[in-house]
This record gives sequence, structure tokens and C-alpha cells, in this order.
Amino acid sequence: MRREIPLAITFIVGVSYIIAYFIPREPFSNFENWFNDWYAIVASFAIWLGALNLMKMSSLKIIRGKADVFHSVLIIISFLLILGIGFYEGFRGINATPSFSFRDPGTGFDWLYVNIYTPLSATMFALLAFFVASASYRAFRARNFEATLLLLAGFFVMLGRVPVGDLVTGWLPPEYQLSQWANWIMNVLNTAGQRAIMIGIALGLVSTSLRIILGLERAYLGGD
Amino acid sequence: MKRTELIVYFLIVAFLLAAYFFFPKPLNFSAAVSIIIVIIMALAFILVFVRTIQGHFIGRRMVFVFVGVALLLPFFMQFKLPLQISPEVRSAYDALVNLPPGSRVLASYDYDPPSAPELQPMADAFIKYCFDHDLKVIIMGLWPQGPQQANLSIEAAFRENPPLRNNIKYGVDYVNLGFQSGNEFVILRMGESFKAMFPTDLYNTPYDSIPLLKNIRNYSNVDMSFNFSAGRPGAVEWVQVAVDRYGLRIASCNTAVQAPQVYPYLESGQLLGLLGGMSGAAEFEDLTGKAGKASTYILSQSFAHVVVILFIIIGNVAFFREKRTKVD
Amino acid sequence: MGFWEIFGVWLAALLTLGIISFLYRDNAFYKACEAIFVGISAGYWAITYFWDNLYRKFYLQVSDPAGTEKYVPWIGFVLGILMLTRLFKKIGWLSRWPLAFIIGATAGLYMMTYFVSNAMVQISASILPVFEGSFGDIITNLLVSGGTFCGLVYFFFSKEHKGVFGGAARVGIWVLMLTFGASFGYTVMSRMSLMLGRLDFLFGDWLKLIK
Repeated sequence: MRREIPLAITFIVGVSYIIAYFIPREPFSNFENWFNDWYAIVASFAIWLGALNLMKMSSLKIIRGKADVFHSVLIIISFLLILGIGFYEGFRGINATPSFSFRDPGTGFDWLYVNIYTPLSATMFALLAFFVASASYRAFRARNFEATLLLLAGFFVMLGRVPVGDLVTGWLPPEYQLSQWANWIMNVLNTAGQRAIMIGIALGLVSTSLRIILGLERAYLGGD
Repeated sequence: MKRTELIVYFLIVAFLLAAYFFFPKPLNFSAAVSIIIVIIMALAFILVFVRTIQGHFIGRRMVFVFVGVALLLPFFMQFKLPLQISPEVRSAYDALVNLPPGSRVLASYDYDPPSAPELQPMADAFIKYCFDHDLKVIIMGLWPQGPQQANLSIEAAFRENPPLRNNIKYGVDYVNLGFQSGNEFVILRMGESFKAMFPTDLYNTPYDSIPLLKNIRNYSNVDMSFNFSAGRPGAVEWVQVAVDRYGLRIASCNTAVQAPQVYPYLESGQLLGLLGGMSGAAEFEDLTGKAGKASTYILSQSFAHVVVILFIIIGNVAFFREKRTKVD
Repeated sequence: MGFWEIFGVWLAALLTLGIISFLYRDNAFYKACEAIFVGISAGYWAITYFWDNLYRKFYLQVSDPAGTEKYVPWIGFVLGILMLTRLFKKIGWLSRWPLAFIIGATAGLYMMTYFVSNAMVQISASILPVFEGSFGDIITNLLVSGGTFCGLVYFFFSKEHKGVFGGAARVGIWVLMLTFGASFGYTVMSRMSLMLGRLDFLFGDWLKLIK
């Protein structure tokens, strides 16, 4: 029953959504609404599962005295800090008159968001700017015709999407300047290629979804 | 730690402290200084070119320095380059401009701080335009950080135009419904009832108590939507559920990474318009007359693109030279 | 600016420099910032999901005396609790039920939305007139329709890419390469924009060198 009940749940829920698409009336619309509400609640618990699992792993590393003890301590301290302040501000907000949100400017939670979360998360992704330039210098080669096409499209778009492109081709008539070429590449060539990829993925996704709903695809259940 | 590393760290700290305490604020380069900087960078590139074709690829840290300089120095230059407005940005702007005063616009903030440099300028210009033209804004987010980014847009609008703080009323002119988990299932549920997914606003005020939401049951009561999207859930999910199933009219504002994937929706008529990346943000600021960060960043963006293109060209010239040498 | 504001800006600048130090090489400062980011990020998501979803959506709904269908959300709550059993080895198998619910819902919804929005509408939009309109329009329509078709031909691996079919597949690769080139250009733009934001913070909000 450890596999049969989940397979039955997948089938019932999946089929309900498909029927509700074609018959958006009661009782199918009711099922769809209930399932949508439950999905939102289950998603919240999934996030908490991840957070608690992180705490479990970090705690085990500290208890077993593994190499990254200091980092695990930092992870737990920062997690508990924002959790504590978040709960405190949340309870304070709902009991205040007028009530305020735990994330309002001026709250401790917002301070942590602006001064710790934002700089760390933004800078992590910002480093990619340097790596993309370095990787392009070392590895981006026009080895064959296809690679050359890729390179040329990249050049036209990179130059055409910034004012420098029109500065360089300012001597040409307006309809032949780089910005117009970039527009044309995006609206014609890029659209054609992206559409082909989109249609291919959609058809593959439909068949995979059907396999999952019918219970032919069971990888998501894991081992016994 | 090696001695050279210590010296490098010391120099960086000394530079930053000098910049904080001694540099004039704000720092502006005159036109002559700006041109000299451009010439020095060009000479540096010639040196890189010569070294590379001789077979000595410059280290990755030097590449980082070039990129850093190309991004940073234009902040202090006073050049202003003319901007061409692309048709997709103009369509989005026209759709917004054609809304009569009092229209209700659903704004979905589906991004987080890493994507803020691209999307926040678009969001700021959008909110400022809405407040100036009596468009009622219903804010929500499919990403947890979205409602907070929306608050930043609102604060920016009030800071730029202080009388707005008294004239624009929360609950009457705009409302922040906050975040809900569930991705596309939130969008699907909202097609039936906004209240079912957002029983209260961000401040726990019941849905029915908010004047702006009085006659808003679902998408059919909203005139248009602007979606600020950094990935999933975002523009794609809004098109798939809200547009194709419920007929919502949407203009999409995307990060540059996502924009190419959204063009097919634009061409098929599923989207009213598209703002893509920093250039889209700068064009939108230009059209709405709300000059902001994107208009400042676009010069640095231009320099950075030229640097990347030059590095690619230099690398390829060296590659072809080496190939020819081997053949010979 | 008050003390907490100034302290906050300096702390943010320090953390930003800590992450940027990775460009030189991996170091203890970067690793510490990374650990703080992991903890703060997990806590941020946990708190927002708690207040925005579990409190606002679930608790307020089930505790509303005038509410209808007050008992329906409890099933979602029970499924959510079952999700947490994954933390315990002995009863972890119970977490398959909420997982099956999520997978079933996603599969059911995606099947219809992707088929309609990403397949049917896109195919319909690709069928364009190629015998009417101006010369420019005809060329554009041919490129869009033909490019989409050839791209799809390339992805059809059940038939060998030979002859006319192979020729169409070859054109398909060219269209796809142009698409990827455009995506590369936009990706560079995006990555540079991210760094611009951080530099604006460091040299504008922190050092006040930028107006």
C-alpha cells in the first residue's frame, strides 16, 4: 500500500485538473479550488521541511565534529536570528493597532532583509558578470559555421541593445542601424528558434505528464 | 598569506577608506578626463591583444579588473547616449497609456534582490506613472520577496514626489495583497476569486474591508496587468493560466535572461508588450519621463558589452592565428 | 541617518566585499559570508511562508466564524504535516502522499496549460501568409514559419537526418544557433546588470561617490 495509495492520489488529482479544464463547473471546479488551496498549504510545509532538514544536517555536523563546524554554527545562528526576529515582529504586528506587517520598513525583519539578505543574495549572482567575460575570452571560439552564427547573433544583440550600437552605425539610415538589426533578430530569428524549442518541450511534457498520471512513471516515489 | 596578497588587501582597504573620507562627493569626471580614461582603456586592450596573439593569455583576474573598470568608471562620466525605443517596449507603454484614469492594474512582483537592478527601475517607473495618472494598483507577489520590492517602489515614488504621500491613499489608490505560495496554482485560483487566495492584505485587513477591492472578484474586473518576472513562477505561468484561460491582458517585464524565451508569446499576441533587461528598463523610463537607475546604468552596460565583445574577438584572433601556424 | 541605518549600510558593504573577495580566490571571509547567506535565506523563506501562507491563508480561514468551507483547508494542513515526516526515517514513507498530491496536481495542470499555450497557440501563430503582403513581410513570415518548422525537424530523431530531411534539420540547427546567440547576448546583459546594482550600492549608498 506504500506505493498504491500515492499512485491513486496522483491519478485522482491529475485527472481532476484535466476534467476541470474542460468542464469548469461544479463539482469539478470545487475540486480544482480545494486542490489549489491545499497546494499552497503543502508548499509552505515543503519549505519548512527544507529549513528543518538544513538545521538537522548542520546540527549533526556540529555534534559529530566534522570539518565545517564553524560554518554550521554560523548557519544555525543566522537561521535562528531571522526566525526569532520574524516571529517577534509578526506577533507584534498582528496585535498592534493599527496592525502592521512583519516586513514593513522599520521592522527588524526588514532591516535584516535590506542589510544582510539583499547584499548577500545579490552579490552571489553578480559575480557571474566577471565569470561570463572570462569564460568568453578563454573558450568562446568560432570553430565552425554554427559557432560563428552564434557569435554573430550575440554580437549584434549585445551591441544593438545598448546605445553604443547606434553610435557606431549612426552614419547608416535609421532602418539599417544596429538597434533595428537587434530588434529583427529577436522578433524573427529568436522567435522561430524559441518556438521550436517551446513546442518540442510542450509535446514532451504532455506525454510525461500522462505517464505520471497513469502511474507508468514512478521515479518520484523513490525506493521502498 | 603571501606578502603580495597582503599588499593587495592593504591597498584595497586604503583605497576604500580614502574614497570614504577624502574623495569629493559626488565624484564627477569632466569630459576631458572621461575621454582620457577611454583612451587608456583602448591602449590597454591593444596591449592585451598583442600579448594574446603572442600566445600569452592574460590571467582571469586581469579580465575581472577590465570588467570591473568598464562597469564602474562610467558611473562618474557625464556622457548621455541617445536611446532607440524598441517596438515591444512601446507596445507595453501604449497599452498602459491607453488606460483611462481610475483603471485597475494588477501588478505582480515576481522577483528577488538579485534581479532588482534590472526589474526595480521598471517597477519604479511603472508605479510613478500609475500614481501620477490615477491608475489604481493591486500589488501581489508569487515570490516571497516581491511585496517587499513593491514597498521599495512605493517609497521611491513618495521620495521623488513628497506630496504624493498625502494624495495617494493605501486601500483606495493602491493595495498590497502580499505573497502566496503555490506558483501557477495561485494564478489559477485567482481566476475564480482573488479573495480565496488573498483573504487579507499584507496588513491582515480583510479583503472585503478594502475599498479598492470592493468590486474586484477576479481577472474579469481588472483592466490590465503588469508582471515583473525574474524566472519561475513568472511571465510564462501568467501567460499559460491567466491569459490563455481567463483572457487577462498582460504586459511583461523580464530580466534579460528570461526575455528571449518570452518573445514567442509577444509575437503570438498573448502579451501586450515586453520590457527586457536593462535596455528595456531604460527605454521605459525614457517613455514615461521617469528617469531612474536604468538610464544611469545604460552607459556602464554599453562599456561592459564592448569589453566582452573585444575579449571574444581577441580570443578568436589568437585562435585563428594559432590554427594557421599549426597548418603551416 | 540613525545608528542602525549607518551600521546596516556598513554591514551590507562588508558582506558584499566578502562575497566579491571570491574573485581573487576562495577564502575564509567568503566562506563565512556564504554560511550566513544560507542560514538567513532559509530563515527568510520559512518566516514568509509561515506568516503569508500558514497564518493568513490557513489559520485566518479556519478560525473565521463566518467563513464557509472552514474544514476543507484542514486536509491540506494534514498533508503538510505528513510532508514533515520525511525528517524521520521510520515514518518517512508517509511523505509520499503529499508528494503524490503535488506531482499529480502539477502533471494535470501542466498537461493542459503547456499543450494549449506552448504548443497549440504557438503552432497557430507560426502559420503565416507567405504569398501576400510586402516583400519584407513575406521574407519575415518565411523565416518565422520556416525557421520554426526546421527547428522542429532537427529535434525529430526517429528518422535519420539525410536528404531533404537532413537539409531541413541543418537549417534548423542554424536557426537554433542564432537563437542561442541572441540568448547569450541577453545573458551577458543580465549578468552585467546584476554587478551594476552592487557597484551602485558600494560606490553610491556606502561611499557616496555616485549621486
